[in-house]
Amino acid sequence: MTIAEPHSLPSASRPLLSQRGRGVVVAWAFIVPALAFYAAFVLVPIGMSVYYSLLRWDGIGKAQFKGLSNYLVVLSESDFLQILGNAFQLAIYFTLIPILIGLGVASAIRNHLSGAFGTTARTILFIPQVIPLVAAGIAWTWMFASNGVVNQALNLIGLGGITRGWLGDFDFALPAVGIIGAWVLLGLCTMLLVTGIARIDPSLYEAAKLDGASAWSEFRWITLPGLRQEIGVCVTVTVIAALASFDIVYIATGGGPGIQTTVPGLEIYRLAFAHRQVGLASALAVVLMVLVIVCVLPIQWLTRQPK
Amino acid sequence: MNVPNTAKLTLLAAALMSATAGAAYAAPSCGTGPVVLNSYFETGFPLPTELSKEFTKQFPNVTFNIKEDQFATLMENSPRVLAGDNAPDLIRLPSISDLVKDGLLKNLDQDATDLGWDKYPPAQLAQNRVADGGSPRGEGSLYAMGLNYSMTGIFYNKALAAKIGMTKPPETVAELEDLMAKAKAAGIPPIIIWNKPVVGLTFPLQNLMGSYGDPGAVNDWIFQRKGADIDTPTNLTATQHLEQWIKAGYFQDDINSVDYATANGRFHDGDGLFLFNGDWESGNLDKVMAGNVGFFLMPPAIAGGKHAAMSAPLTYGIGANAKNADCAAFFLNWVGTNAEARKIDVAIGGSNPGGPVDLAMPAVTAGSVTEETLAAGTTIAKDNGAMDFIANATGAIYAEAWTPELQKMVGGRQDAAGLLKSVQAEYVKELSR
Repeated sequence: MTIAEPHSLPSASRPLLSQRGRGVVVAWAFIVPALAFYAAFVLVPIGMSVYYSLLRWDGIGKAQFKGLSNYLVVLSESDFLQILGNAFQLAIYFTLIPILIGLGVASAIRNHLSGAFGTTARTILFIPQVIPLVAAGIAWTWMFASNGVVNQALNLIGLGGITRGWLGDFDFALPAVGIIGAWVLLGLCTMLLVTGIARIDPSLYEAAKLDGASAWSEFRWITLPGLRQEIGVCVTVTVIAALASFDIVYIATGGGPGIQTTVPGLEIYRLAFAHRQVGLASALAVVLMVLVIVCVLPIQWLTRQPK
Repeated sequence: MNVPNTAKLTLLAAALMSATAGAAYAAPSCGTGPVVLNSYFETGFPLPTELSKEFTKQFPNVTFNIKEDQFATLMENSPRVLAGDNAPDLIRLPSISDLVKDGLLKNLDQDATDLGWDKYPPAQLAQNRVADGGSPRGEGSLYAMGLNYSMTGIFYNKALAAKIGMTKPPETVAELEDLMAKAKAAGIPPIIIWNKPVVGLTFPLQNLMGSYGDPGAVNDWIFQRKGADIDTPTNLTATQHLEQWIKAGYFQDDINSVDYATANGRFHDGDGLFLFNGDWESGNLDKVMAGNVGFFLMPPAIAGGKHAAMSAPLTYGIGANAKNADCAAFFLNWVGTNAEARKIDVAIGGSNPGGPVDLAMPAVTAGSVTEETLAAGTTIAKDNGAMDFIANATGAIYAEAWTPELQKMVGGRQDAAGLLKSVQAEYVKELSR
């Protein structure tokens, strides 16, 4: 085997290589700080969670290696399966309601985006996004209480017969939590969709009008395809918010009644910090991470802009 | 005086021996130099802070660096805080078994001998004893002390009681149920309770268990004694009564969405006849419902029978690595024995201050509910009816079993037999881990 001597390289390539070399160094100089933070605060904790998930450990005393037994518990015990199912049910509320309302609002104010009405509407709709989740949870807990504003409104319109403590009711607690989450996420979705609709070429709507298209046809054939990417972002964010939810559930119901509103995020927290089963909590966390990836990747693929 | 050299040496040796013996066996104290007690207290309960102020007044060289957290946060943080470099000298302990297992708490046996805690009634210290390895509880070495000793029973609204013709506390469970039925018929909610985020229904349930069964057997289960089972015939009878109360509408139908503060607020506002709660509320009730609130112990099943009640110390311990462990032990001793501390204990804590049997109970306002709860404590002691809380049997049994199962019972999704079976299954599962 012969190895080319450096001096045998064409002389013209020398400055090019050193330029590339400099480029690589500069690139790494930019990447390394972010990569170091990402590794320290994301990759290493993920690796540690995976390691902990193989242990039986109370977080203080001696740990015992237990193989995959924690995963077997998470994937076979009915309570854990119900908890995972609760998260998927929440995803329906967290995703559908804000996106549907957001689309409706975006379509309705499409022609008034630059005016005072458009600005006011966007500001009002974005407010839930800037309210801390804990504050939103507390406020909605009051509203859903037996003597809260929701029941007062129902009494006012003659529906006093169906009033109840919504967050303590086995049938309605999860939908009620879903509504709180939908309200919180409505601002973000509306903002994204309103911004997206402003990017759609107005001539498309004019052409459709000239062709006599109905409002529904405009929405179906122009607005919806034009917002494909924004809808993709909304679905991704809201699905992750539902699957990884914690704050709202912790404040509003504490996971009850029974385990009707317990979600994986809450259970991970309880297992790790209250019950000190760090291994089981880590196994559930790893399962949740995999579920989030499995749900989000197809959404990303489906909503990619066709080339 | 001319003293021979050998005699001088003997005297010197004796003096040295007594000095070192004094140093080795002197009772814990706070000394005279400045001491800062690193303290971790429970938010919402002013008693320890008030005691610390009085302590500093009496021992000016001692000050307190107090950090506070909610009870649930304490439960989550205490192991890590105790395992850290700056372990608290004084810490409110939600449960002690796991902490003892991990070697995080100071063994107080020597302090108990030095400070004379062996003169306290043994039952007072039993709940804070833990066998080697973390279980069973109720026996073994001492790892914590109570700032006071609380007890539960039934508070009642005197004005509402008069409306249904209640002239004296019920003497049997049947009489109590009769009063509830009368209240319901009169449109008065019979029982105020909370059931979220953790359940308050354990209060009436355990009181019923004490009425129908042996409180000792309930304690065996709580202390994790071998073979203990919550699913017994008498506990089933008790749970069936609770189920009946739910079905009869004796509780408000929204209790699964009502928390502790809301429930107590409802009782203060006169929204219900009875409140199952503990004597830690006595001081507050004397303020907000002065003259309109009474207290009685859960009546026995049969007239003239013995009374039983949930009763537990307000547990405080000392970190195994605490820097001022001696001063902390001295403080715990002072709380139970100092006249001013005992006064504060009753006035603010509302509960029995404990301590040696020969110490008099601090005076309280005649006719106050605090006076009634303290008197009830004497009845429980006489009847040997004190039970620890069924929620304290294991670290997770409250959140994982009692809370969801009792919430299900309120929602009509669990019956008495199923509830006890589920709780026992969770208990066995947790002990096997």
